[in-house]
Amino acid sequence: MKAELTVNGQTEEVEGAPMERLLDVLRQQLGLTGTKEGCGEGECGACTVLLDGQPVLSCLVPLTQCAGRRIETVEGIAEMASASADNPARRFLDRFVATGGVQCGACTPGFVVTAWALLQNDPAPSEDRVREALAGNLCRCTGYEGILRALAPEPEP
Amino acid sequence: MPGIGDSPPRPDGFAKVAGTARYVDDITLPGMLHGATVRSPHPHARIVEIRWHPERAPAGAVCVTAADLPGPNGVQLLDDSWPILADGVVRHVGEPVALVAAASPLAARQALAAVEVVYEPLPAVLDMNAAIAAGSLSALHEIGMDCGDLEAGLAAAHLVVEGEWRTGHQEHIYLECQGMSAWFDEEGLTALGSMQCPYYVHKALVHAFDLPAGQVRVRASAVGGGFGGKEDFPSALAIHAALLAGASGHPVKMIYGRQEDIVGTSKRHPSIVRHRTGVDRDGRLTALDIEILFDGGAYTTLSPVVLSRALLHSFGPYRCANVRIRGRVLRTNTAPNSAFRGFGAPQVEFAMERQMDRVGRALGLDPLEIRLRNVVEAGDRLPTGQILDDTTSARLCLEDAASRTRFRERWLELEQARTDPEADPEARKRGIGLSLYFHGAGFTGNGERRMKSPVTLRLLADGRIEALTAMTDMGQGCAAVFPQIVAAAAGIGAEDLVFAEPDTNAVPDSGPTVASRTTMIVGGLLARAAAELRDQVLGWRYPASPVRAGLSVADGWIAGPDGPVERFRDAARACRAAGGPSEVTLLHEPPEDQVFDESTYRGAAYPTYAWGADVVEVEVDPDTLAVRPLHVTAVCEVGRAIHPTLCAGQIQGGTLQALGWALMEEMKLDNGRYLNDRLATYIIPTVRDTPRIDVHLLERPWKDGPFGAKGVGELPMDGGAPAVAQAIENATGIGVPEIPATPERLLAWRGLRKESPEKP
Repeated sequence: MKAELTVNGQTEEVEGAPMERLLDVLRQQLGLTGTKEGCGEGECGACTVLLDGQPVLSCLVPLTQCAGRRIETVEGIAEMASASADNPARRFLDRFVATGGVQCGACTPGFVVTAWALLQNDPAPSEDRVREALAGNLCRCTGYEGILRALAPEPEP
Repeated sequence: MPGIGDSPPRPDGFAKVAGTARYVDDITLPGMLHGATVRSPHPHARIVEIRWHPERAPAGAVCVTAADLPGPNGVQLLDDSWPILADGVVRHVGEPVALVAAASPLAARQALAAVEVVYEPLPAVLDMNAAIAAGSLSALHEIGMDCGDLEAGLAAAHLVVEGEWRTGHQEHIYLECQGMSAWFDEEGLTALGSMQCPYYVHKALVHAFDLPAGQVRVRASAVGGGFGGKEDFPSALAIHAALLAGASGHPVKMIYGRQEDIVGTSKRHPSIVRHRTGVDRDGRLTALDIEILFDGGAYTTLSPVVLSRALLHSFGPYRCANVRIRGRVLRTNTAPNSAFRGFGAPQVEFAMERQMDRVGRALGLDPLEIRLRNVVEAGDRLPTGQILDDTTSARLCLEDAASRTRFRERWLELEQARTDPEADPEARKRGIGLSLYFHGAGFTGNGERRMKSPVTLRLLADGRIEALTAMTDMGQGCAAVFPQIVAAAAGIGAEDLVFAEPDTNAVPDSGPTVASRTTMIVGGLLARAAAELRDQVLGWRYPASPVRAGLSVADGWIAGPDGPVERFRDAARACRAAGGPSEVTLLHEPPEDQVFDESTYRGAAYPTYAWGADVVEVEVDPDTLAVRPLHVTAVCEVGRAIHPTLCAGQIQGGTLQALGWALMEEMKLDNGRYLNDRLATYIIPTVRDTPRIDVHLLERPWKDGPFGAKGVGELPMDGGAPAVAQAIENATGIGVPEIPATPERLLAWRGLRKESPEKP
């Protein structure tokens, strides 16, 4: 099938089997390799992208469900961050690095996308809310401590 | 300008949060094919025949078997006994039997169906119990050490306490599965992929393809986690990809899916450790008799050195004059077990810490007291005869962790709550546990002396310094820590520095990224090389010795008595342009006092040790016995934290891996097949399973480490499990002889206790 998707604000025409994974469409057809595969069965969250603003696991979403819909990937968030010297996306990504939220980086795009979606709905989430939102993303490096700190209230200057 | 002890943003950080860091699966070359592996369904079988049916495979597909190998059928590690592809016999489920490549991952999976393998099953040794029953025939490797007089120590004891402690497989679950690409071109063979040890891969490719070293090039892509799992396996995978590249004439990429990664790659060795401990009336150890059994799986891989490290950590951070240790790696028909963070130490330290708890209970001493009475101090001798240096911090960590958590009061309070006959049996139970642990950093014994690993620093034409090492950043952060070390040692800024990518065509063999050696050993070399290059540049630029004597370099500027003279980078550029000194290569020479006899296990097994104490509080469900860790305090002495955020990150992450191993990460086998071969069934902790982990870094700078730093990466893996087990015992009275302490096991042990209170 052919499908028109809006990916990070751009209209993209893609072609593939109806059940082709959104993950493969993004990585192989559109060259958006920031989205990672960690397990291929919806357990690890590394492939999380936003579909009409909601986090979904792109390894479980077939192309046929995506036609005409809006998709944001980690590259889209990075693009917002790079648009100016100081903006909310930039501050969010920089803080994620500064608090030790990143080690090997393989889970990171999934966490960035999930956390960004949370912050759009709740700019100052409680720790419980953060833990609930991130419960579907696995990290093997950080013990989650650096990631939780990236989303905790900023310390008073 | 950030310096030692600051935590600047890691240089690879923004690329990783932005999704632009390039991992092996993100890099596709023109004409690239995708490889896949035909694997044994049997734990042990003779291969009668392998038939390749090209007519059933997608067009252009190729197949490779052991018959097609250009050289010896062995992955060169310690030896080459691990077959590249099964040759006549398969010895574990998932063993590679044949390889295929085709135009897409899907086509490669279709090509697998065109390979027909006929097997004749053979009897299999499926676990350690069967291996023990098979006797010494099943040993892959065997070592031992003695100190003092064991029998005299046991005879002098007031009490002799016995214990048997078991641990299970642990799977690494690096989030990026194993992956490697390879291709041949006019320059020879190139492999690019996810790895900890570029020169291990290089050596294995040279051996397998019988090529001159100069015709093999190995490059590391970004590495999505390793934890030891990418120490040896990438050597095999690189050979596989290269075989397919040779057969097809195309570049070939092999990316494992999660299930294949779990089925086909190594795990932490399951262990049985038996203790017989003599202790006097005051609770002081008089004898330690320790037997260590590890499940090595089907092939040797790195098991002998894992067992060696296990032996050298099995006595724990305690004094004892009379020690006998015997260690054996048993052969079973399961995938080879190999390196995993801690490298044999976590299993034996779990056993020793549990044993100390049992000894304490036998004498009526609480867990803190039994440890305080035996803890090693600076100047003490380990059973190897090594005299502990002045940074020995076991007592410091123990006392600090205990006082921060009011451990003794809390433990006694919870003991009383448990044994209180009035207590509500339906209430959730709390428990607190403490562990004391240590980790020898760097290679065991004479490993570093044999390797003499080099690093190189050279001046670029623009006056910047380029640093060349073979170390890979698998997340631990050497990409951040190395620039800090070089900048501080030379007095320059990070902007005056470039770090070469790990590429065997460019960098010297500074050894593998393993054994908590990267910061301590390679970082230490970089610091010395940086100071030397700085001095050579200054000496060339300011040859008059009185002038030279008054100069120093700080913040990128050369300064004399009257203030800044010029930028170091300008002096370096001039030096390089005029043909002055422009390169320093230094080899690692272990300190002279580090001598170890590998036949008797006497001497300094490690240059120094890092130390730690954990306190864990848990809550246990009274009905299901499900254990929830509530809070962890980890106090670790690390010499010097070069980058405290990353250093603490190692301890937070390692501690959570230890909690996962202790409580939930269970690998069950059925006829040699892993049943938990997916992330849906092999459960690692999510953020909701994770307690707050408070890390407290203590610093006692070590004389030979860069700015005093010791190795830290593996240390936190040693402490979490015994602390959790003790906390469960504090809450429930169940002794936890085996981990993971799943609810199923705890319920079974509780049942046994009801029948007979002396049971676990």
